[in-house]
Amino acid sequence: MHKLLTQNPGQKMLLLGNEAIARGAIEAGVAVASTYPGTPSSEISLQFFQTSQESDLYFEYSTNEKVAMEVAAAAANSGVRSMCVMKHVGVNVAADALMTLAYVGVKGGMVVLSADDPYMFSSQNEQDNRFYAKLSGLPMVEPSSVEEAKDMVGYAFEISEKLQEPVLFRTTTRINHSSAIVQLGEIKTPKTKGDFVKDPFNLVTVPAVSRKLHVKLLENIEKAQEISDTSQYNFIKGDAGKWGIICNGVSYNYASDAIKELDIEDKVKILRVGFSYPLPAKIIKAFLKECEKVLVIEEGEPYMEESVKAFAQEDGLTLPIRGKAKDLFSRLYEFDPARVRENIAKFFEIPYMPPALPDISDVPEIPQRPPNLCAGCSHRATYYEVKKAAEGLGTIYPTDIGCYTLSVLPPLSTADFLLCMGSSVGTGCGFSAATDKKVISFIGDSTFFHSGIPGLVNAVFNNHNFTLVILDNSTTAMTGHQPHPGVDMGDFNLTGYGRVSIEKVVRAIGVPHVTVIRPFRVGKSIAAIKEAIDYKGVSVIISQEACVLYARSLNKARGKPFHISEKCKDHRDCVNELACPAFYIEGERVHINADLCTGCAICAQICPEKAIVPVRSKEKN
Amino acid sequence: MQPKRLIIVAVGGQGNLLASKVLGEAALLADIPVRMSEIHGMAQRGGVVESAVVFGDADSTIISDAEADVLLGFEPSETLRALNKCNADTVVITNTAPLPPFTVAIGKGTYPDIGTLQELIRNKTARLIAFDAQALAKQAGNIMSLNMVLLGSLIQTGIMPVSADNVKEAIRTSTKKTFVDINIKAFELGFEAAEKAA
Repeated sequence: MHKLLTQNPGQKMLLLGNEAIARGAIEAGVAVASTYPGTPSSEISLQFFQTSQESDLYFEYSTNEKVAMEVAAAAANSGVRSMCVMKHVGVNVAADALMTLAYVGVKGGMVVLSADDPYMFSSQNEQDNRFYAKLSGLPMVEPSSVEEAKDMVGYAFEISEKLQEPVLFRTTTRINHSSAIVQLGEIKTPKTKGDFVKDPFNLVTVPAVSRKLHVKLLENIEKAQEISDTSQYNFIKGDAGKWGIICNGVSYNYASDAIKELDIEDKVKILRVGFSYPLPAKIIKAFLKECEKVLVIEEGEPYMEESVKAFAQEDGLTLPIRGKAKDLFSRLYEFDPARVRENIAKFFEIPYMPPALPDISDVPEIPQRPPNLCAGCSHRATYYEVKKAAEGLGTIYPTDIGCYTLSVLPPLSTADFLLCMGSSVGTGCGFSAATDKKVISFIGDSTFFHSGIPGLVNAVFNNHNFTLVILDNSTTAMTGHQPHPGVDMGDFNLTGYGRVSIEKVVRAIGVPHVTVIRPFRVGKSIAAIKEAIDYKGVSVIISQEACVLYARSLNKARGKPFHISEKCKDHRDCVNELACPAFYIEGERVHINADLCTGCAICAQICPEKAIVPVRSKEKN
Repeated sequence: MQPKRLIIVAVGGQGNLLASKVLGEAALLADIPVRMSEIHGMAQRGGVVESAVVFGDADSTIISDAEADVLLGFEPSETLRALNKCNADTVVITNTAPLPPFTVAIGKGTYPDIGTLQELIRNKTARLIAFDAQALAKQAGNIMSLNMVLLGSLIQTGIMPVSADNVKEAIRTSTKKTFVDINIKAFELGFEAAEKAA
């Protein structure tokens, strides 16, 4: 049995934040869950994917976050509890559905999880999704710890049902990817089948209906305000002092530790905001009245700080309230305990000596260890071939989101522009319209399904002139090998799924020039790519080869390692043009690490001396 | 309980996350508060994996610069890179068998001399325990047990509030059954190596 299905209330378990969140949803009786994978949220969905195979939970990997939101919205409007999980930028994709869902509301509880990523450990921006609560008018909760995250999911479902609105659940990477000891609660038996009751004049958002629904939404915000003002998740720690700290999320942990370490627990009280939209106005105003000065500690934007200052103005309070400032907290990146401690000391004017950093001035430069496409990665082959085919053309390479974005690094250097999921196709259209340059865009298979297709339809309709290379490695590799609509679900020993062919989709859209290549055949692939990029109009190359890590996990990897024979004349084309991590240089000669080499044989095909040959069974490197 | 802070640095694939999980499970067995965090975005693609383990009464799950009580390095150049997490009282334990990054393999960077590297760390911290943990992992029966060798050394120092018995029990319950014997052996070899270094 999956560990998260353990029915043993009171048992303590070491859980990752994302596991705790999934457990919280399971305890709350979630019936339908949907997602598009994205770090740092991906492990929540993985738990749902696994537990759904041995429970009544319906879970799906949807094609994108908007579809996931719509699936969960319909389920909740049928009276069952649903949850929709995505990374912060995924909410942008789903926002169209979300904004009007706030008008329509739900019947069963619905929780929308947004995993924000301060510092951008694995994201293209660090937008602060608390503003989505304010923008949509939907309640938002934010945990500070792994344990609290589990319990807060159940609370969010309750609030959602009370208000008949979805509830936004915001985490940051340090909640998702932290672990702690969690006490299990009872698993509620979910209501798995709902029923949809027709009510078009409240559920079909034509203007006349929406005018009425917006009134209802505003009334709901007032009700939510009352709940926020009495919520156990908005609490005050400490009651003696006159110095105030208002904080949320992980900042609460750093502040709590800091006042202990600074030995000012008797001087400071902390207001921890866990129900952050609507902010608890009454609690905050009462708190301000008891304080001489207040420091607002929040990662990201001054979301609370601006409101706290507005609340003070409403009540005619003039105490100093600070947060974001050049000499205090930054809007950039994530916080850490030492920075929070130092700023608390500075703001409340407490003598403090920060710990002495070691003097590392005499430490030699340590070679960088950037992430790199894996040994045997099919993307490396495709990028090499495209570069060869486009040699001398001064090509613009719009790229997209996935492992393949690593081609931004030399020597591949085939990534010139990136905004968001699917942007390689739309920006390919724009660059081809605005310049006379050759444009070759790259997109992965999962990303193509996610949001590449509308861009390609646009390209055909508006007759743009560029080549789209679809890097089809049969999985969503970047986030941990989740399936997508083009995947054979037999790989997961699952039946009852359809399968969508990328090639058929591309042809059905009416792309005039479509070629499928096998990137491990270098000569043939370069010739086919040349033909495609010579074509005036939209051309598509589908480069098909399974992700080598994925193939290995399915026991489908077949390659045998290669080595470099005596014939090598040290041209180093292999190292300089491919940069495969299986190469290393020892004694001024290039070698191949047989443990890393997967036998893709790209280097063997480009070696001018044909010096790279398979390792014979008894030989070692 | 006074917090004890541990940073583990490794290269993707060296088993850093399993090592911290074992420590977390050991803390659970010993009924000691524990919080951990990990950054492993591109681990499978050859990057660095860092995890933080905080035992005792603390709410934070991350460790600021200069605030680690122990730095445990699975790869010597990564140990050196993480020196900013240390202060003059920090104990550092490192494997000395290098895994040069690809940038070195293609001639874009020089791997630091292992002797100099140890000297630098020794001069800036309270104590350095350095040995070839890879050789001991092989001796235990599997190179992948490097993480358990280093856990053994960590526990021998007595700085972390979990006992060798707790950790061994956690190894038995939370590592793959087929590797348990090798992992226990690896743990013991690492423990002995740290004893000898004392």
